[in-house]
Amino acid sequence: MTTRIERHHYDVVVIGAGGAGLRAAIEARLAGKRTAIISKSLFGKAHTVMAEGGAAAAMGNVNSRDNWQVHFRDTMRGGKFLNNFRMAELHAKESPQRIWELETYGALFDRTKDGKISQRNFGGHEYPRLAHVGDRTGLELIRTLQQKIVSLQQEDKKTHGDYEARIKVFAETTITELLLDGDRIAGAFGYYRESGEFVLFEAPAVVLATGGVGRSYKVTSNSWEYTGDGHALALRAGATLINMEFLQFHPTGMVWPVSVKGILVTESVRGDGGVLKNSEGKRFMFDYVPDVFRKQYAETEEEADRWYSDPDNNRRPPELLPRDEVARAINSEVKAGRGTPAGGVYLDIASRLPAEEVRRRLPSMYHQFKELADVDITAEPMEVGPTCHYVMGGVEVDPDSGAAAGHVQGLFAAGEVSGGMHGSNRLGGNSLSDLLVFGKRAGEHASAYAEGLGGRPKVSAPDVEAAVDRALAPLEREGGENPYTLQQDLQAVMGDLVGIIRRKGELEESLVKLAELRDRVTRVAVAGGRRYNPGWHLALDLRNMLVVSECTARAALEREESRGGHTREDFPTMAPTWRTVNLVCSLDGDKVRLEHKPLPRIRAELIQLFERTELSKYLTDEELADFDALTGDAHAEEAAK
Amino acid sequence: MGKENGTGGTGKAGTTRNFKVWRGDESGGELTDYQIQVHEGEVVLDVIHRLQATEAPDLACRWNCKAGKCGSCSMEINGMPRLGCMTRMSTFEDTETVTITPLRTFPIIRDLVTDVSFNYEKARETPAFAPPEDLAPGEYRMQQVDVERSQEFRKCIECFLCQNTCHVVRDHEENKEAFAGPRYFIRAAELDMHPLDTKTDRKEYAQASQGLGFCNITKCCTEVCPEHIKITDNAIIPMKERVVDRRYDPLVWLGSKIFRRGQSEGDQTPRDPDQLGEAHSVAGGSHDPESEGDAERGVHWNRQVPHPTAPSTDARGRLPISEFTFDRAAAPSPFGDDVTFPLPADGLNYSHPEQKD
Repeated sequence: MTTRIERHHYDVVVIGAGGAGLRAAIEARLAGKRTAIISKSLFGKAHTVMAEGGAAAAMGNVNSRDNWQVHFRDTMRGGKFLNNFRMAELHAKESPQRIWELETYGALFDRTKDGKISQRNFGGHEYPRLAHVGDRTGLELIRTLQQKIVSLQQEDKKTHGDYEARIKVFAETTITELLLDGDRIAGAFGYYRESGEFVLFEAPAVVLATGGVGRSYKVTSNSWEYTGDGHALALRAGATLINMEFLQFHPTGMVWPVSVKGILVTESVRGDGGVLKNSEGKRFMFDYVPDVFRKQYAETEEEADRWYSDPDNNRRPPELLPRDEVARAINSEVKAGRGTPAGGVYLDIASRLPAEEVRRRLPSMYHQFKELADVDITAEPMEVGPTCHYVMGGVEVDPDSGAAAGHVQGLFAAGEVSGGMHGSNRLGGNSLSDLLVFGKRAGEHASAYAEGLGGRPKVSAPDVEAAVDRALAPLEREGGENPYTLQQDLQAVMGDLVGIIRRKGELEESLVKLAELRDRVTRVAVAGGRRYNPGWHLALDLRNMLVVSECTARAALEREESRGGHTREDFPTMAPTWRTVNLVCSLDGDKVRLEHKPLPRIRAELIQLFERTELSKYLTDEELADFDALTGDAHAEEAAK
Repeated sequence: MGKENGTGGTGKAGTTRNFKVWRGDESGGELTDYQIQVHEGEVVLDVIHRLQATEAPDLACRWNCKAGKCGSCSMEINGMPRLGCMTRMSTFEDTETVTITPLRTFPIIRDLVTDVSFNYEKARETPAFAPPEDLAPGEYRMQQVDVERSQEFRKCIECFLCQNTCHVVRDHEENKEAFAGPRYFIRAAELDMHPLDTKTDRKEYAQASQGLGFCNITKCCTEVCPEHIKITDNAIIPMKERVVDRRYDPLVWLGSKIFRRGQSEGDQTPRDPDQLGEAHSVAGGSHDPESEGDAERGVHWNRQVPHPTAPSTDARGRLPISEFTFDRAAAPSPFGDDVTFPLPADGLNYSHPEQKD
């Protein structure tokens, strides 16, 4: 059949219009490249708007002792030393500059008394570090970048007479394939959601900034866009994914009512006195304090309750254990049959504080649940459970340029879709700054790559035809599988078998089920036409969700330890030997291949930022011996002086 | 797209409720009846998702965050412009038929999805933030109290419900070209109130090029705003007032204070000086030598106008009866007696809004 395909030529195509994508596009345009931004939804609706806490940057506005070294240390600790150290280093060094830059674009952060950007405390950060705007920092970030792009378009209108002369936003457009010329990126193929018409971008450089994968899970805080498109596109183009076993589950997402399912209940509810109870009314967290934390956490309810008013003389309530511990405890209670009807536990602040006080301390929580679900958190307990929040894993990239590893050239990745920066667990606040730092870098290096290229790679006509056929297949098939049912089934497999607590048997079972699903997805059929047909859109997304889910399941089965966002019940502790290994996924035909790859060695001056006692928890004996040799040299040098 | 559909997951029984959903495209369409299971605690968007997962897999509807933060799922529910994710089913009677239609002000694409590109065009026409040139990144200093006014407007999630509900463009396609709409009035106000923005004519621009004058302050936009931004009171009215105060005469400014709301001050067209000038064309001035001097030199549209002061009185505390003592019949010119019209064009401190520099 003949199909009309709109063609465009660009120097840099940025797939994704969240923080990382917009920042990359700004940089590419500033480098003088003709830039396209592909947005799966309308311009300015990206999932970045959901970020509440803030953007971490060691500006030292609130505590002048903060600096990049401290931020680097916190990031590495948070990621349990599995981070790509170079990314953590660049991130810590460059994030203040990226935040300040936003002010020149018009951002209005909350201020300190002396008029600087205010910074707030957040879990895992040693000093107050998160630049914020109330609890809508992500929205401010998106709007600022969006408006910067508009201002660049206004400049272009002045010089070229056309707003879209050098940077154009393709709203509600989905990319289904990257097109290659040999190993080089030649373009991207996709469709307009509104019309269902196809569109082909010919471009030598593509930046992936598509965000995460949360839509493969039953309970998630992620929006529908998070179907792992970038992860899957990269795999199919010959790039590799790392750390796919690491997913961050927020311990307290709402599980009921349906209208707020997955929405996060901020940790400060627990910090302000909220307690977790099971269906028997028992405050169960006391049973789940691991030995390493035993000293810092209260053993009785009385002591825990005294902590809120007198933290110096009492130990912390166990509700304030790290996220993964809390999530694990909730999960165990539910699996033991002591959960709520909706499959969570109760988070009770209503019986702990007067209603007035709850409203004063947690205004946005109160209003959010009142408006969205008619739940009055001052009157009744909330039903909460772990919700899929963020994927640490992603495209393996060169830390400095964001260029994808593997055998593809011209492909770059930034933001949640890239892997390595956060190691096995991301600190709150580090994702917004990650977007800015690596978005800029990816835009810059994609431009340089396009600049340095002799001839333009060519899109091959058969590849485009194949992409068209694949996209149209679900519409032409009759009486096949319903895409919505398939998605629910996939969510059930991932939620039940590759969720927060993992076991060998379940992971093996998940691989069997994913293979069955893969078979069913090839038979997916949708009713209706091409024009704004969500059933069709979902049918095309399913393919990406499946392959990415398989990477997660395989890597989770392989990694026989528990670390950060990966918890194996059968291997409950961290193993130093596993810290030296990244699990790398690639695609061999349509099979996922998994390989071990050694982690890059942390540079001497960076590892010396840590105390030996701390490192001894993470490093192998050989690594510790190397560290001792280093510090020995340093001591010897000092002694010599 | 369809997420946790079908099962409420809790065993709490649902009830079957009646819905009418508009289905169709730009060539036409109709309200289609559906009977859908509704469970406790659901919002309208949940119902749409269930509909997609069961009877109508191709039902077009935008959504993203499902938490009232992205402004995607704008629709009209029983005729009210609302976000689907923030409209709880518990706000309707069990027997009530809920009617869901697309935003009326924008062209239909399909079902509940409309072409909102109007808004993005207006966004592009609104002049961007103009950063101070003498401050490097990191040197910006602002007080919290000063940024808060703009921050209110930056809460906007761009759901475009205000644009949709504004009667200037709702059912008035012909006004769309000249009218930017409430969303972009708050954008202009936000920048006008930005402590470090260096562009000084935001208000004049709003009046001359964004069609601020079309607004007659019916407050519909404020009413539908899911972020509860006080669009009319905190953005539009201050913008209008100060536009008037800079562009015209101190007495007009005073008049605008007196005849505040619902009056025809500055709200029809940018050509108001005629109407208003007539009502206030009495002699007298501010008794401020500098501004009197200004006035004598002719029309200075952009001059800063001093605060009006009380007129001078005679020894008995009465106003002078100027009409009796004046050397001419009828009222004196509000522009000063030595000004003759038309003014020499090159002496005007005024640029036509259509002429971009």
